[in-house]
Amino acid sequence: MENNRDIIITEVALRDGSHAIAHQYTVEQVLKVAKALNDANVPFIEVSHGDGLAGSSLQYGLSKTNEMELIEAAVSVADKSKIAVLLIPGIGTLHELKEAANLGAKMARIATHVTEADVAPQHIAYAKELGMETVGFLMMNHMAPVDKLVEQAKLMESYGADTVYVVDSAGYLLPEQVRERIRALKQSVGINIGFHGHNNLSLAMANTLVAIEEGATRIDGSVRCLGAGAGNTQTEVLVAVCERMGIKTGIDLYKIMDMAEDIVAPILPVPQEITRDSLTLGYAGVYSSFALHAKRAATKFGIDSRDILIELGKRKVVGGQEDMIVDVAAEIAKNKN
Amino acid sequence: MEKVKVAILGSGNIGTDLMIKLGRSEILELTTVIGIDPNSDGLRRAKELGYTTISDGIDGFLKTPELADIIFDATSAKAHLYNSKVLKEAGKKVIDMTPAAVGPYVCAAVNIQEHLEKDNINLITCGGQATIPMVHAVNRVCPVEYAEIVATISSRSAGPGTRANIDEFTETTSRAIEVVGGAKKGKAIIILNPAEPPILMRDTVYTLVEEGKMNEEAIRQSIAEMTKVVQSYVPGYRLRTEPIFDGNKVTIFLEVEGAGDYLPKYSGNLDIMTAAGVKIAEEFAKNLLQKQTV
Repeated sequence: MENNRDIIITEVALRDGSHAIAHQYTVEQVLKVAKALNDANVPFIEVSHGDGLAGSSLQYGLSKTNEMELIEAAVSVADKSKIAVLLIPGIGTLHELKEAANLGAKMARIATHVTEADVAPQHIAYAKELGMETVGFLMMNHMAPVDKLVEQAKLMESYGADTVYVVDSAGYLLPEQVRERIRALKQSVGINIGFHGHNNLSLAMANTLVAIEEGATRIDGSVRCLGAGAGNTQTEVLVAVCERMGIKTGIDLYKIMDMAEDIVAPILPVPQEITRDSLTLGYAGVYSSFALHAKRAATKFGIDSRDILIELGKRKVVGGQEDMIVDVAAEIAKNKN
Repeated sequence: MEKVKVAILGSGNIGTDLMIKLGRSEILELTTVIGIDPNSDGLRRAKELGYTTISDGIDGFLKTPELADIIFDATSAKAHLYNSKVLKEAGKKVIDMTPAAVGPYVCAAVNIQEHLEKDNINLITCGGQATIPMVHAVNRVCPVEYAEIVATISSRSAGPGTRANIDEFTETTSRAIEVVGGAKKGKAIIILNPAEPPILMRDTVYTLVEEGKMNEEAIRQSIAEMTKVVQSYVPGYRLRTEPIFDGNKVTIFLEVEGAGDYLPKYSGNLDIMTAAGVKIAEEFAKNLLQKQTV
């Protein structure tokens, strides 16, 4: 199967998209989406809470359905596609990883902040032991200079990761920055290189194409941009663009277009667009899943959500620090009065 | 006042910070620092300060066990398994600073009185020492169904041991939120933040109290009282803002600034461990002295 593909796409709507719908996926939705993705011949489908395994929490939002049931559902309808899971050390543990593997997950994406790869070796080693393909997922990539990224990617490689990703969690990177990063990795690591974009500055597609041009072969997308913030590189559009460029994705264009329109669009409470909040995420370099939380906090404290996001960017808050949102909002409100 | 003799096993950052704190204790007399590297900064400092130094580890100490009645083990979980065994045989009380958890979990502000007769107690985790007092503070006035804590620490203050075994933090802390804090269900999350200059340790505690049992005033007061208790041994422990109430949810924002003894001030996560260790040893000592006088 993989011989017929120049790039291997991982569809993240059932994980990253979980943020956009406040982690309310149902088994029925996952069954439909995963089945259609499988029919369209998408190689990997990621399923987990938005913040990875065990992400269901007051900090990030409680899952409506236990993610293990969602993983099991996706596995049950995917005879071609493989199911991937995300795990952020510090949130999820080996325990959940094992549970997911037992249910049939075949790829473990171990995500750390771009400078903190050394919390991942245990999880990568264990995923390997469980027979899973492994990815080192370096989030908030824009927050580290290129040489630091290279150092951290080498660590991921040394732990046994099969692939290392540049993850533009804030949708902040510009195409030339993506080029520089992928190029540096291409020169320094021997494993696959991946790119995960967010469309907050309307650059997800451009960044993805640059990444592919520089040698990234693992690419994330979300159908209908169903991901955090303004979503990710839109999978069905990417498939079409790649086809025009002669890059084989192995994905059936009509089928992915149909499932995006008929199955995924109805899941979205509102169509994904670049709202002023999403734009602010990309502009200020803030973790994309903060968007909905900041909106809620802004309403609660009667302030502008952009002020919260800009302040969070200034304070160099990293992924997962959702508790800072209310904290900062309370402070802004207090200073205003 | 009569003092109880103590020794520190491990001459790394934690051991050395303990050494400085113990120098101020009115009831504990630090006599000995035990390491395995005669050239370590910790042992060199201990010698300078006039303490007995032993550089051949626990077995060296056991040749002169009369040097201390209470031992702080600041080595590693793996080493503690052996240390706890031989120290028990030697009749010593042990404060386990490692994640080994051979003895019961003890949070200095919550449950030390229940464990004064134990020969080995465990300090849980830094996040546990910081947040469990607050879970307990809520639970003692309004029963807590679920408690979740998020500890954010500066990357620089997370050592290789913590990093290599980060699951230990989440799992141990979650369990202790239940066992010591009293929540029916506990969850813990840890985040490392690499910002420079390094951030202070921050902890957020979410608690859900049982339906119909919310008493805001009682919770506010209980939190204020508990904050003072923790501040008595960790002066840099404070609420960042007033607790936020939302239905049956209470959210508490904490910040821990270290005393800056040996470890830098931003390492509130390490400071609260050493401060709690000293506090617990002092309670042990009071109990031992009281028994002697009876």
